[in-house]
Amino acid sequence: MSAETAEHDDHHDHGPAKGLLRWIITTNHKDIGTLYLVFALVMFFVGGLMALIIRTELFEPGMQFIEPQFFNSMTTMHALVMIFGAVMPGFVGFANWMIPMMIGAPDMALPRMNNMSFWMLVAGFVLLISTLFMEGGAPAAGWTMYPPLVLQTGNALPFAIFSIHLMGISSIMGSINIISTIFNMRAPAMTLMKMPLFVWTWLITAFLLIAIMPVFAGAVTMLLTDRFFDTSFFDAAGGGDPVLYQHIFWFFGHPEVYVLILPTFGIASTIIPVFARKPLFGYASMVYATAAIAFLSFIVWAHHMFLVGMPLAGELYFMYATMVIAVPTAVKIFNWTATMWKGAMTFETPMLFSIAFVVLFTIGGFTGLMMSLAPVDFQYHDTYFIVAHFHYTLVPAAIFMLMAGGYFWLPKWTGNMYDERLGKLHFWLSAISVNILFFPQHFLGLAGMPRRIPDYAVQFTDWNMISSIGAFIYGFSQLLFVYIVYKTIKGTDCEKATDEVWEDASKHGLEWTIASPAPYHTFLTPPEKIPTEHY
Amino acid sequence: MSTNDAYYIPHKAVWPIIGTAGLMITFIGFANYLNGNSMGPGIMLFGFLIFVVMLAGWFTLQAGESESGMYNHGVGISYRMGMMWFIFSEVMFFAVFFGTLWYTRNLSVDWLAGIGGGPGKSTALLWPDFESIWPTNGPGNLGGDFEEMGAFGLPFINTVLLLTSGVTCTWAHHGLLAKNRDQLIKGLIATVGLGFLFVVCQAFEYYEAYHDMGLTLGSGIYGSTFFMLTGFHGFHVCVGAIILSVVLFRSWKGHFTPENHFAFEGAAWYWHFVDVVWLGLFVFVYIL
Repeated sequence: MSAETAEHDDHHDHGPAKGLLRWIITTNHKDIGTLYLVFALVMFFVGGLMALIIRTELFEPGMQFIEPQFFNSMTTMHALVMIFGAVMPGFVGFANWMIPMMIGAPDMALPRMNNMSFWMLVAGFVLLISTLFMEGGAPAAGWTMYPPLVLQTGNALPFAIFSIHLMGISSIMGSINIISTIFNMRAPAMTLMKMPLFVWTWLITAFLLIAIMPVFAGAVTMLLTDRFFDTSFFDAAGGGDPVLYQHIFWFFGHPEVYVLILPTFGIASTIIPVFARKPLFGYASMVYATAAIAFLSFIVWAHHMFLVGMPLAGELYFMYATMVIAVPTAVKIFNWTATMWKGAMTFETPMLFSIAFVVLFTIGGFTGLMMSLAPVDFQYHDTYFIVAHFHYTLVPAAIFMLMAGGYFWLPKWTGNMYDERLGKLHFWLSAISVNILFFPQHFLGLAGMPRRIPDYAVQFTDWNMISSIGAFIYGFSQLLFVYIVYKTIKGTDCEKATDEVWEDASKHGLEWTIASPAPYHTFLTPPEKIPTEHY
Repeated sequence: MSTNDAYYIPHKAVWPIIGTAGLMITFIGFANYLNGNSMGPGIMLFGFLIFVVMLAGWFTLQAGESESGMYNHGVGISYRMGMMWFIFSEVMFFAVFFGTLWYTRNLSVDWLAGIGGGPGKSTALLWPDFESIWPTNGPGNLGGDFEEMGAFGLPFINTVLLLTSGVTCTWAHHGLLAKNRDQLIKGLIATVGLGFLFVVCQAFEYYEAYHDMGLTLGSGIYGSTFFMLTGFHGFHVCVGAIILSVVLFRSWKGHFTPENHFAFEGAAWYWHFVDVVWLGLFVFVYIL
C-alpha cells in the first residue's frame, strides 16, 4: 500500500506551498490537523498559565498577588481557553489527521471549508484573548456567563460574545466536514459497523456540536440584545427570566462536556486493543453506548441547576435521568477492562496514559454519580467538590488521552519514534501530580470551600497548599511533553519508526498500513481490504 | 488533473482566510460600535466589504469548477450533506428562540404572577399586582403601553407571499429538470420577487409597530421575542433571496443541467426551510 500511495503522490504536483503561506492556504487534512494540534498545545499552555495564577493566589488564605476581579477573569478565561482552545481543537486536530487515514479517504470531504474552520477558530481567540487588555477587564462571570452578573462586564462583553459566535461557526463547519467525510468518503469495504471507534465517537460528537453550538450562539445573542438593545429575555421586570438563560446554556453545556469526552473514549478504544494485542471487547456495545450517552446528554441539563428553584418533579426527573448515564459509561469502562483481560499487554507511554485514564476517569465518573443525587448536590453545589469532579473527567481523561494520542500517532506522522524513557517520565510525573493537584479538592469541597473565590477560611489552607504544589509539578512537567514532541519532529538521534509503528498494529487500523512518515497524500484510491482486529 | 471518477481535492485555497478576516473585522467593528467607539461602524463596513468580496470570489471559483466538470457524483453528495447539516444547525438556532417564547409564555410569566407551586410562590412576593396575561411587557411595564401585532393584516399577506414563493420555486425546479429554461427563469424571478416583497412588507410592519403601536424591542418579553423571532427570520429571507438571485443569474447563464445543479437544490432547500420557520412563526407568534 505504502509504495502505491507514494507513487500516486509523484503523479500529482500537489505538494505544499512554500514557506509560511503553506499553512495559511492549505487544504490538506494533515496540514490542517497539525495547525489544530499546535494551536491546541499553545492554548493548553495559555490556559495552564491562568490555572497557575489561580493556584498561586490560592496557595495561602488572604489576598496575596492579584485583585479579586482579575482572579474571577482568570477562572472564567481558564475555562473558556481550555474548553474551546485546547481540548476541542486538540480532538479536531486528531480528527483531521486520522479520520481520512482510518477510513481510507484521500482527504476531508470539504477541504476549503476545513481551512476556514481552523482560521475562524483563530479569529475567535484573537477576540477572546484581546479582552484581557480591555477597560473593565476580561469576562469574569464564569464561563457559564449567567445574567445578570455577566451583563456588568465592561468593554469585553461584545468581544467575548462575538468570539463565541466565531468559535461556534468554526465548530459547526468542522463538524459538517467530519460528518460528510465519514458518511461519504469511506473505503467501500468499510461499512459503518466496521469503522474504528475513534471515527464512530467523532461522528456522534460532530452531530452533538451541530445541534448545540447554534443553541449557545442564540443564548449569547440574547445576552447581547439584553445589554445593548433593550430586550428583556433575562430580566424579570420585562417578563423575562434569568433562569431561562441557565436552561438554554445547559442545554448546550451538557452535550458540550460530552463533546470533550466522547473523542477521549474514541482514542482510548483505539489505543488499548493495540497494546493488549486483542480486538476491542464489545465493539457493537461501544458504539451503542456512545450513541446512548449522546442521546442522554440532551435530556439531563438541569442537573446543573438543582439549586435554582425548580419544581420538585423537575428535580426528580433530572436526577434519575442523570443517573441513567452511568449505565452506558459503565459499559465502556467494562469493555476497556475486558479488552485488557488476558491480553499480551505491554506498557508503552500511550498505554500507560490510557490505563491511567480508565482508572482516574472512573473516579471522576463516580463523583459525578454522587452529584447527580439532587439532595446530596444541595451540599456539594458550587464547592470545590464539583471542581475536583470535572477536572478528574477533563485532565486525567481528556488531556491524558490527547497526550496518549500524541505519543501513539506521532511516529506515524513524523516517521520517528519519540523517546520512550522521557515519555514514561512525563507520564509518571503527570499521573502523580494530577492526583496531588485534584484529589485534595474533593476534601475541600466536602468541607465546604466554595469555588470561584480568591480567598478562603484558614481551615482550608493545608489542602490548598498541597493542591497548588501539585498544580506546579503538573504544569511544569507538561513542558517535558513539548520537548519530547519537538525532539521527535526534529528526528536527530531518534529511532526510525516502522510503517506499522506498533507490533501488529496494521491489524487494528488502516493508518498503520501506510508509510511512516505518512505521505502528504494518502489513499488517493481507496484501499480494497480493511483490517479486521478493531471491531 | 482530476478525472471524473476521482474525488476532487482542491489545493491552496485563498478565500477562506480572506473570508475569516472579513468576518473578524466586521465583528471587531460591531463590538467597538456597541462600546461607543465612533470608529466602529467604519471598521464594520470595511470588514463586511471584504466578506462580500470573498463571497463573490469563492462562489465564482466554485461555479467555474463545477462548469468545467471537476465535481463528480461523490463531491455532489458531500455538498448536499453539508447543506443538510447546515440547515439542521439553523433549525437548532431558531429552536432557541421558539423555546424562549414557549418558556416565558407558558412558565415564567405565570411564575411572576404567583401561579404554580415552586417558583411561583416566591416570585409572587416581588410583584404582588402583576397578572399573567399575554402579550406582556412585564411587571415593570417596560417600554410603555403597546398594541399586540395582529395576525390577519400584513402577516397574513406575508404568509401567502412566502407560500406562493415556495410553489414558484418548485415550479422552477420542475422546469430545470424538464430542460424548460423559460419555466426555470420565470419561476426563479417570481420566487426572488416574492421574497423581496416579503421583506418590504415586513419593513412596513416594523415601521407600523414602532411608530403607531408603541411596540419595540424594548416592549418587555413580548417585544423581545416578537422582534427576535421575526427579525432573524426576515434576515434569513434576505439571505435566501440573495442566494436565489445568484442562482437566477447562473440559470440565465445556462449553468444548470438536470444532472448537475447543486446550487439550485441547496438554495431551494434553504428557501423551503425559511418557509417552514415562517409557518411556525405565523402560528406561535401571530395567531396563538
